[in-house]
Amino acid sequence: MACPAHLRYTQEHEWIALEGKIGTVGITDYAQSTLGDIVFVDLPKVGDPVTANQTFGSVESVKAVSDLYSPVSGTVTEINAELATTPDKVNEDAYAAWMIKVELADQAQYDGLLSAADYEAFIAEETGK
Amino acid sequence: MATETLNPVGAPTPRNTTLGKVRTHPTQNEGLIFEKSSPGKRAVRLAPLDVPEVEAEALLGDAFRVDAAPLPEVSEIEIIRHFTRLSTWNYAIDLGMYPLGSCTMKYNPRVNEFVARLEGIAEAHPYQPESLTQGSLEVVRELEQCLIEITGMDAITLQPAAGAHGEFTGILLVRAYHESRGNARRKVIVPDSAHGTNPATAAICGYEVQNLKSNSLGMVDVAELERIVDEDTAALMLTNPSTIGVFESEIHKIADVLHAKGALLYMDGANMNALVGKARPGDFGVDVMHLNLHKTFSTPHGGGGPGSGPVACKAILEPFLPTPVLARRGDGLLGWNFDRPQTVGRVRAFYGNYGMFVRALAYILANGPDGLRQTTEDAVLNANYIRASLEDLYELPYKTASMHEVVFSDKRQAARGVKTGDIAKRIIDYGFHPFTVSFPMIVSGALMIEPTESESKEELDLFIEAMRAIAQEVDETPERVKNAPHSTRVSRLDEATAARKPVLRWRPVTE
Repeated sequence: MACPAHLRYTQEHEWIALEGKIGTVGITDYAQSTLGDIVFVDLPKVGDPVTANQTFGSVESVKAVSDLYSPVSGTVTEINAELATTPDKVNEDAYAAWMIKVELADQAQYDGLLSAADYEAFIAEETGK
Repeated sequence: MATETLNPVGAPTPRNTTLGKVRTHPTQNEGLIFEKSSPGKRAVRLAPLDVPEVEAEALLGDAFRVDAAPLPEVSEIEIIRHFTRLSTWNYAIDLGMYPLGSCTMKYNPRVNEFVARLEGIAEAHPYQPESLTQGSLEVVRELEQCLIEITGMDAITLQPAAGAHGEFTGILLVRAYHESRGNARRKVIVPDSAHGTNPATAAICGYEVQNLKSNSLGMVDVAELERIVDEDTAALMLTNPSTIGVFESEIHKIADVLHAKGALLYMDGANMNALVGKARPGDFGVDVMHLNLHKTFSTPHGGGGPGSGPVACKAILEPFLPTPVLARRGDGLLGWNFDRPQTVGRVRAFYGNYGMFVRALAYILANGPDGLRQTTEDAVLNANYIRASLEDLYELPYKTASMHEVVFSDKRQAARGVKTGDIAKRIIDYGFHPFTVSFPMIVSGALMIEPTESESKEELDLFIEAMRAIAQEVDETPERVKNAPHSTRVSRLDEATAARKPVLRWRPVTE
C-alpha cells in the first residue's frame, strides 16, 4: 500500500495535507486496515482547539476504540460530517475520507512530520516486514 | 479417536444458516418471548381481592396509564421452556474451560452457593434493624479483615459493584486526598498496556490521562516514568501483574518515584489471582487498589453476576472511604457509621452486593491460607504449562516469565492470512470458549490465555491439542479456520452492520 507522497504522517497513523494555512487530517490506509470495519467516528466541533500529539477524537471499529492524535496544533475550521452516517468511507478510501481541517498555529510543526518514505519505513519496522 | 479430536468437523456448513448443529432440543430457533404472547394467557392466577377496592385512576391522576403496556402474555411452562432453551445456547465454566485472559473465569465452587442459600443469609434484608443482623454484619466484617490481610492494606470498602466501579471509587479517594491537601492535581498516568477502563476512570474523575509507553520487556519504563511524574501527577494506575501476565519486578521503585513527588500508586487488582498468598500490594508500595471478587474470589462472573469490586487503601485514604463504614460500637455490636465528614459519599445502594461477600468469604475460609497459596501456584503453573506447550507454534512477543496468563501473537498465522479472531472462532468448534483476542493493545494480534487454577492437566491437554491442531489447519486448510465456527447455531455474524445499524429493541409487526 503506497502512501501518497504529497502528504505528511505521524507515528500514530494520521496523515495531513497542507494548503495555505489549512491542514486536512485523516487516518492512514494502514490504520484503517489494522482497525478493521470502522463503525463510528467521533470528531471535535468546529472552533475547538487541537494540540499536536494530543487526542482530537476517536475512531471505533468492531475491534477497538482508538484515539485520534492531531499532527499539529491549531483550530478546527471544518469537520467531515458525512462520516457520522457513513464511517465505512474510511475503510473504502482512507486518504479521501478526511476527518478535520485545522488552521495551523505553527507551520514548523508540519515541517517536522514524517514524509511518506519515513512513514513507510516506520510501518515496516513496526510490522517487522 | 485421536483423528476425530483433531478434526471434529467435516465440511464447513454454509454461512447464515439459521439451523446449525442440533443439540439438546431439535428446534434451535427460539423466538422472542414477545412473539409467543397471546392475549389473556397467564402464568399465575391471583387470589380474590380481600381488601376494599380502590379506583386507580382517581388515586394516580395524571400518572394513570390508559393504554396497557405491551408486555408478553405467556403461560408458566412457556416461560420455563423459553429461558431453559435459551440457557442451552450458553457456554459456561460448568461446561468446559473458559480461558478468557484477564477475566479469570474460574470455577464457582458449590460450597459458595450452599452457604449463600442458608436461610438466615438468603432471607436477610438491609432494612432489618442492626440488632437483628449482627450475623450478616459479622460476615461483612470477616470478609473485610480477610481482604485487608490478603492485600496488606489498612482499610476497605465493599460497596463498589464491579471492577470499573472500584476503579472509579479508588480514584475518587485519590482526588479527595489531594483536595484535602489543597490541590487535586491535574493528571493520572496510565501505561499503554492497561485495561481500557483505567484511562476511562481517570477521565471521568476529571483527570487528564497521560500515556506511559512500556519498555521492550512489556513493563513500566522506570526512567521514563521518573521523567514524566511531577507535582501535577495525582496517581499512576498500574495493573500488576501487567496485562501481558508479567510481574512488575521494579514495583517498589515505581512506588518510590511516585511518592517522591507526592503522587499515589493505584493498583488495578484484576490480576490478583497471581498474587494471593504470595505477595501483598500493601507491602510493595500500593496506596489504593480494587479487587474483583468475581475473578479472584470465585464469585460468578459475567451473566451469572452481579460483580463486586471492593477497594482497599492505606490509612492516609481511610477518611475518604464511601459511607457508611462498618464499625464496632462501645457495646460490642457492629453497626454502620454514617458520621464521616471527609467521605466521598455513597457509591452504591445499601452496602454493596452482599450475596457476593458471602460467596467470597466461603471461598476464602474453605481454602484457608495454604489453600489460597496453592490456588495461586496452580494458576501460574497452568499458564506456564500452556506457554511451554504452545510456544513452538505460536509467537511469544514477550519472553519475560509468565504469571497467571500467557500472551501469544498471531504473527506466524497472520502470514497465512489467519488472525487471532479466526483462531478464537475455530477453538469454539473444539468445544472451548475463546481466549481473549486483540488485547492487550501493545501486542499486535494478541491471543491472551488464562486457564486459572480450576483446570486439570487433562483439560489443559485437550486445549493444547486443539490449539496445536488449529495451527496445523492454518498451514494446511486455512479457509477452515477463517470461516469458523462450523458447529454453532449460527456462524459468523455481521459485526460491522450490527454496530453501524443496530436493532436495539423488538417492535410489534404492524399490519
